[in-house]
Amino acid sequence: MRVGVFICHCGNNIAGTVDVARVAAEARKMPGVVFATNYMYTCSEPGQNEIKDTIKQENLDRVVVAACSPRMHELTFRRTVQKAGLNRYFFEMANIREHVSWIGENKDLNTNKAIEAVKIAVEKVKKNKPLIASSFKINKRVLVIGGGVAGMQAALDCADGGLEVVLVEKSPSVGGMMARLDKTFPTVDCSICILGPKMVDVSQHENIKLLAYSEIEEIKGYVGNYQVKVRKKATYVDWEKCTGCGECVEKCPSREAYDHFNFGVAPARAINIPFPQAIPKKATIDPTYCRQFVKGKCGVCAKMCPAGAINYDMKDEIVTEDVGAIIVASGYGLISLDRLPEYGGGRYPDVISGIQYERILNASGPTSGHIIRPSDHTEPKTIVFVACAGSRDKSIGIPYCSNFCCMYIAKQAILTKDHVPDSQSYVFYMDIRSPGKGYDEFTRRAQEEYGVQYIRGRVSRIYPKAGKMVVKGVDTLLGRQVEVEADLVVLGTAVTAAAGAAELAEKLHISYDQHKFYVESHPKLRPVETNTSGVFLAGACQGPKDIPASVGQGSAAAAKVLSLFSRDMLESDPQVASVNTNVCVGCRKCIGTCPFSAIEEQQLRDGRTVAHVIETVCAGCGVCNTTCPCGAIQLQHFTDNQLLAEVNALCLS
Amino acid sequence: MSVVADKELRIVGFLCNWCSYGGADTAGVARFKQPTDLRIIRVPCSGRVNPLFVVKALLSGADGVLVSGCHPRDCHYSDGNYYARRRLENLKRLLPFLGIDERRFHYTWVSASEGARWQQVVTDFTRRLHELGPLHPKPGVAQAVE
Repeated sequence: MRVGVFICHCGNNIAGTVDVARVAAEARKMPGVVFATNYMYTCSEPGQNEIKDTIKQENLDRVVVAACSPRMHELTFRRTVQKAGLNRYFFEMANIREHVSWIGENKDLNTNKAIEAVKIAVEKVKKNKPLIASSFKINKRVLVIGGGVAGMQAALDCADGGLEVVLVEKSPSVGGMMARLDKTFPTVDCSICILGPKMVDVSQHENIKLLAYSEIEEIKGYVGNYQVKVRKKATYVDWEKCTGCGECVEKCPSREAYDHFNFGVAPARAINIPFPQAIPKKATIDPTYCRQFVKGKCGVCAKMCPAGAINYDMKDEIVTEDVGAIIVASGYGLISLDRLPEYGGGRYPDVISGIQYERILNASGPTSGHIIRPSDHTEPKTIVFVACAGSRDKSIGIPYCSNFCCMYIAKQAILTKDHVPDSQSYVFYMDIRSPGKGYDEFTRRAQEEYGVQYIRGRVSRIYPKAGKMVVKGVDTLLGRQVEVEADLVVLGTAVTAAAGAAELAEKLHISYDQHKFYVESHPKLRPVETNTSGVFLAGACQGPKDIPASVGQGSAAAAKVLSLFSRDMLESDPQVASVNTNVCVGCRKCIGTCPFSAIEEQQLRDGRTVAHVIETVCAGCGVCNTTCPCGAIQLQHFTDNQLLAEVNALCLS
Repeated sequence: MSVVADKELRIVGFLCNWCSYGGADTAGVARFKQPTDLRIIRVPCSGRVNPLFVVKALLSGADGVLVSGCHPRDCHYSDGNYYARRRLENLKRLLPFLGIDERRFHYTWVSASEGARWQQVVTDFTRRLHELGPLHPKPGVAQAVE
């Protein structure tokens, strides 16, 4: 066995707190090691060339690189050794940066730790076996979860690229949050005017299959071959027949339903079409309010419907879609006003959220675009906006910035002045965050052209007094208390992960952070990929994002899928379980424990029944390996012998 | 926080690739300082950790063993960590019968984004072991009083 060890300085990242020369010197003494050296940047081209040259000169058959995390560069170096003619699994990495040099202060202890990390890797690599990937066919269909602007962009780009797309949207119409907006910053473009054509494209594109009012039930499989069960929720209206005429909505006697699309600004009917541009433009019955369901009799809509589309007996339907990749664009949520009691959130009708105000401003909204306040339907003259209502507030568990509130508040203040010329707007803010193109100019315009009063400081309390809302706060620039008697208060409520984000992540086997936003593969370099291959992210499910960023990510995720699907076959990871049929006693324990149903029974010629691993289905977790009572089933590259070699390297010395 | 070289204890950590190994990386990237005793073995899933690996480590020289995986319900492999939890909980109860203080073994969950939590886990577990002292006293090193 001829092991070569390459220690990386990583500039000063490792060499600063680890004596790399000593690590190399100690490595040379390890049994089986015939060569050890240290280099400034092993991952650089000359660094990789040195590995390749040394493999040839020293006739190495195993390589260890001690550098950063294998999650960073394992793939890089596997390719390097492969190029030099070695099997790519004759390689191990010792993590002496993230796990050593960056976290320990004592150079001696760090060096010692690095030496041992190399020792573990050397002992492991000596037990490594050559593994060869097999290839399998890809199903070139893609599932997009979420029909907001990010998901629609992703779906359209994939569909234009010739892929079949299944777009699943949980609400009755695509459009997402952007469809609710009146105008967009910083151009003050009409939101639905630019989104509407995209929505129509989605519904008419021959490659896109839209499943609206549907949710993901279950996801099985792996990159290239996912089986997805989708629950088509009962709408109680046969969408094949519904023409979207709106007759039923008009006549529905149940007029106190919660309007999800308008965020409860005004009540809706129990049978409803969310908005005029809805795609698909079909009615849906909300059974929590519908009299037919609540009281057991009504049937008005069934009588009125000219198409005979109403069906009170409709049940949820489960459909299965086979796809090869998944783009998650499930969007975001907003904190409820109840969580802001100091601002009277949820208690006073004239304290509303930014998205509710957006619906009030919108011409197709419940007030037809006339600014009236909810309590007495009068036109407000003094409007106070409170930025960071919940955002950047550790006390309610939201330490992050919600990204776009500063900008939409400036936009809403400008629109307010347009609608009500004799109005005065005030904005309480912590900092104005306007880093986008044309964004800062826009907030300046709100202040300079539209006379919006920006007050830097926080609001302490909002309470009603004689038909007005008194906003008490501080102006930290003038260093004094301020009090504004407002007609209407708009809170820039904090952005949260979408409801059910964690449950969806668990179905997808992707990770989420403490705020339930999804975690990308790498925060800088792989922003739309996840650690589950074949699953990509787009938009605000990964963190608060404005429209251009979401659209950009939608396109990026689609590009990733298109490049993944540019081949017909994918290479499977050979780090899967494998059965030694001579040792297997056929107890079937592994079959029961495998989370992926990747193990089946196999009849041998001599009549014995043994376990058999379906390689393309095995995900490589190794649960079976630990279950097997006789060690017959071994996870390749992480066998008992390999892991025990690492334990022994640490403990027996 | 670091201990003197000759008093460093032997702590072996089995970390799942997807969550805890990533969490340890995140802690490193954020430069969250930690005691240097821990040595990490990467496994694909906490469900790959055979309890006998832990016993083997403790009997052959380790003073403590830490296993860390993905949070329950967040396993990259659906439910590998549920298997781990069941096996390792049993192991914890078995250790006293082998004459090993069960406090020398700890299993927990750290996600890839929880760098600060990883720092806390390592710091607390290392401190706990230093209070317990070495399991395998080495010549010339004073043993801590249990």
